[in-house]
Amino acid sequence: MNLKNLKLNLSNKNKDLIPQILTVLFLILVVIYFTINAQSNMGNRGISFGFGFLSQESSFDITFSLIDYDGSHTYARAFLVGLLNTILVSAIGIFFATILGVTIGIARLSQNYLVAKSAEWYVEIFRNIPLILQIFFWYFAALRALPLTVDSINFYDISFLNVKGWYVPKFVWTNFSIFIYSIIFAFILIYFLSKYAQNQRDKFGKQIPTLYISILLIIGLPFLTFLIGGVSLSFEIPELTQLSKTVYVYRGGVSIIPELISLALALSMYTATFIAENVRAGILGVSKGQKEAAASIGLTKGQILKLVVMPQALRIIIPPTTNQYLNLTKNSSLAAAIAYPDIVLVFAGTALMQTGRAIEIISITMLTYLSLSLSISVFMNWYNKKMAIKEK
Amino acid sequence: MNLSILKSDKKNLNSFIAAGSALIFIGFIDIILSSFFSTNITAFLPNKISYLTPLLFGLFGLYLIRIEFSGNKLLDKVNTNFNSSNFNALLTLLVIFALIKYIPPLLNWFVFDANFAGNTKEDCTSGGACWVFVKVWLNRFVYGLYPDTEQWRINTAFLTLFLLVGASFFVPQKFKKYIIIFLLFVYPIIGLKLISGGDFGLKYVETGAWGGLSLTFIVSAFALILCFPIGTILALGRRSKLPAIRYTSIGFIELWRGVPLITVLFMSAVMFPMFLPDGTYVDKLIRVLIAITLFEAAYMAEVVRGGLQALPKGQYEAAKSLGMGYWKMHFLIILPQALKLVIPGIANTFLALVKDTPLIFVVGLLELAGMVNLAKTNPKWLGMAMEGYVFAGLVFWVICYVMSRYSQNLEKKLKTER
Repeated sequence: MNLKNLKLNLSNKNKDLIPQILTVLFLILVVIYFTINAQSNMGNRGISFGFGFLSQESSFDITFSLIDYDGSHTYARAFLVGLLNTILVSAIGIFFATILGVTIGIARLSQNYLVAKSAEWYVEIFRNIPLILQIFFWYFAALRALPLTVDSINFYDISFLNVKGWYVPKFVWTNFSIFIYSIIFAFILIYFLSKYAQNQRDKFGKQIPTLYISILLIIGLPFLTFLIGGVSLSFEIPELTQLSKTVYVYRGGVSIIPELISLALALSMYTATFIAENVRAGILGVSKGQKEAAASIGLTKGQILKLVVMPQALRIIIPPTTNQYLNLTKNSSLAAAIAYPDIVLVFAGTALMQTGRAIEIISITMLTYLSLSLSISVFMNWYNKKMAIKEK
Repeated sequence: MNLSILKSDKKNLNSFIAAGSALIFIGFIDIILSSFFSTNITAFLPNKISYLTPLLFGLFGLYLIRIEFSGNKLLDKVNTNFNSSNFNALLTLLVIFALIKYIPPLLNWFVFDANFAGNTKEDCTSGGACWVFVKVWLNRFVYGLYPDTEQWRINTAFLTLFLLVGASFFVPQKFKKYIIIFLLFVYPIIGLKLISGGDFGLKYVETGAWGGLSLTFIVSAFALILCFPIGTILALGRRSKLPAIRYTSIGFIELWRGVPLITVLFMSAVMFPMFLPDGTYVDKLIRVLIAITLFEAAYMAEVVRGGLQALPKGQYEAAKSLGMGYWKMHFLIILPQALKLVIPGIANTFLALVKDTPLIFVVGLLELAGMVNLAKTNPKWLGMAMEGYVFAGLVFWVICYVMSRYSQNLEKKLKTER
C-alpha cells in the first residue's frame, strides 16, 4: 500500500520535473550556442569580449552635456553624460506631463461643457498620434519655423527664443551649499513637526496648523541664509553679440538646445494624455457615497477633498501613473531620432560605431534601462503595499 | 454692496437677458474685429485694459444672465453647462475666444489658402499648406520604394486580406473556423510570398524597397499574429506552479518590458548577427519582425495574464473535476473565456504596436513617417516638413482613433454582457 503511494508520488514528481528540466536544458543550449557563435565572430573580427574599452579615450564630442566632457575623456564618462541627459529630459518630461495631465484630467470632469470637450479632444488627438511623429513635428517643422538669432523672440529682455534654441538667464550663486543645507534642514524640521502634530492630535485632540508653519519654514529658512548666511544670487543674462557682419550669437546665460525642447515638449504632451485618463479614472473611482458620508459628518468641502477623496483617488491614480513615468523614461530613447545626445545616441550609437563592441555596449544600455525600470517597479510595489487599505 | 442692485432676479428676467446678451455680443464683436479686421473699438482705453475688454464685457454679460430656475429652458441649459459660476464663465469665454482666434487661421492654412493643383514646389504660391507635396509623393508614402509596375501585388494581398476578414463575419459558423485558421497560418505565408516574389514568375523585390503605409500594416499585422501565441504561452508559464518555468517566463517578460523598443531594434540590427554562425545573413525585415514580436509578446503576456486572473477559480476546479488535464483544461475551458475577456486589451496592444512601427527607421526600413523624412530632404521639396508630418499624423490618427473607439465599444459591450 505504502509502496504504491510512493510510486504514485514519484510519477507525479517526474511529471513536474521533466518540463522543468527541458526548459532549463533548452535555455542552457541556447546560451551555449550563442556564446560559441559570438566567440568565433569576435575572433574573426579580432576583438575579444571585455569592458576594458570603457577606460579608453573616446575622442568624440557631445553637443550637450551637464558635466565636463570633451573628446579626451573616457567612454565611461561619455556613458555618464548620456545617462545624465536621459535623466534630465525624463525629469523635465515627468514634471510637465504631471502638471498638464492633472489639469486635463480634472478639466475632463468639469461641469463646463466646452472645457470638458476641449480636454477630451486634447486627449484623443495627442494619444493617437505616434510619439516619434510628434517629436519630428516639433523638431523639424515647428521649431525650425522660429526666427533667426538676430530677431529672436524676446521675453522681457531676459530670455530669448530662436531657431538655435532658448537662451535663459544663468543663476550665479555664492555659498550655494549653505542654501541647500538650509532647505534640507527645513524638510527635517517639517518632518518632526508633522510627527509632533499628529501625536498631539491623537492624544489631546489639539490641532496644530502644520501647513502654515511648514510653508513658513521652507520659505523662511532659505531666506534667512540670504540675510545672515552670506548666500547671494545674481543672474547672468544672455547677450546678443555680433561675430561678423551677419553672424550673431548669444553669449552668457544657459542655452537650451532645440532637441531638448522638442523632445521634452513631445514627451510631456503625449504622456499627459495617459496621466489625464488615470486622474479622471481615479476621481471617478471614489464612490459618491464617500463624499456624502463625509459631508454628513460635517466636514468642509476642503476637508472632504483632502481627507476623503484624495487619499482614495490617489490609491487608484498612482500605480498606473508610475507606469507612465516609466514609459516616458523609456520613450526618451526616441531622442536618437533627432540627435539629442541621450544614452542611446551617445553610447549605443556613436560609441558603438567607433569601438564595434556590439554585445558589451548593447548589454550595458539595456541593463541601464532595465535597472531603472526594475527599481521604479520595486518602489511602486513598496508604495502600493504601504497605501493599500489595511483591513482589520 | 452696490452690486446687489445688479443681482439678477426673475422679476426683470427679460431685461436682464437683453442686457446680458447685448454685453456678450459686444464682447464677441470686439474680439472678432480685433483679430480679423485689426480694428480696435476700445482703442481709447489704455493698452492693457483694451486688450481685456472682450473678456470683461463677456464676464459681466454672463453674470447678468445667470438666473437660476428662470423657466426659460434654453437659458437654464446655458447656465448649467457653461455659466454655473464666475470661474466657469471665465473658462467658457477663454475657450470660445481661443477658438475664434486660432481656428480660422488653421483652417486657412489647411484648406482655404492651401495649394492642391500643380506638380512642383513652385506651384505653391498662396502661402497656405502645399498639399501638392503630398499629392506627388503619395505613391511613395503608401508603397515606399516598391517598383510602380509591381504595386498590384501589394494591392492584391491587402484586398484579399480584407475580403477574407469580411467573409469571416458572414459565413456560417461551421466555415468560420477554417477561414480563421487559414488567415492565421496559411495566408501570412502566401501574402509574404506574393509581395516579396522570386518564384512563380514574380519579380523579386528586396525588403529594403518595401516601405510606406503598406509596410506599417505588414509589420504590425505580422507581429500581432506571431506575438499572440508566444504571449499566451508566456502568460501560462508565468502562472505555472513549476518554479523553473515560472521564473523563466517572469525573467523573459520583465526583460523585454523593462527596455525601450529602440534598444531592442538596435540589438536586432547590430548584436543579433553576432550570435549567429558566421556568414549567415538574416533579412533585415525578418530581424525586425523577430525583435518586435518578442517585445510585444511580453506585453501581450501581461494582457492575457490579466484575463487568466479574472476568471473565477470555480472554472479551474470544475474543469479539473471533470478529469481534464492541464492542456485540455486550458484550451477547452480557460483560454476561450480568458481571451474573450481581454479582447480590448489585445486591441490596445495592437494600437501601441501600430504607433511603434515608425521606430523601424533605426535599422533603415522606411514606413510612412520614415518616407516623409526621406521626402522632405529631397532638394526639390525642401521646407515641406510641416505638410509631411501633418499628413502622416492625420493618417496615423485616423487609424488609431478608429481602433481605440472600436476597443472602447467592445469593452462596454463585454462589461454589460457579463
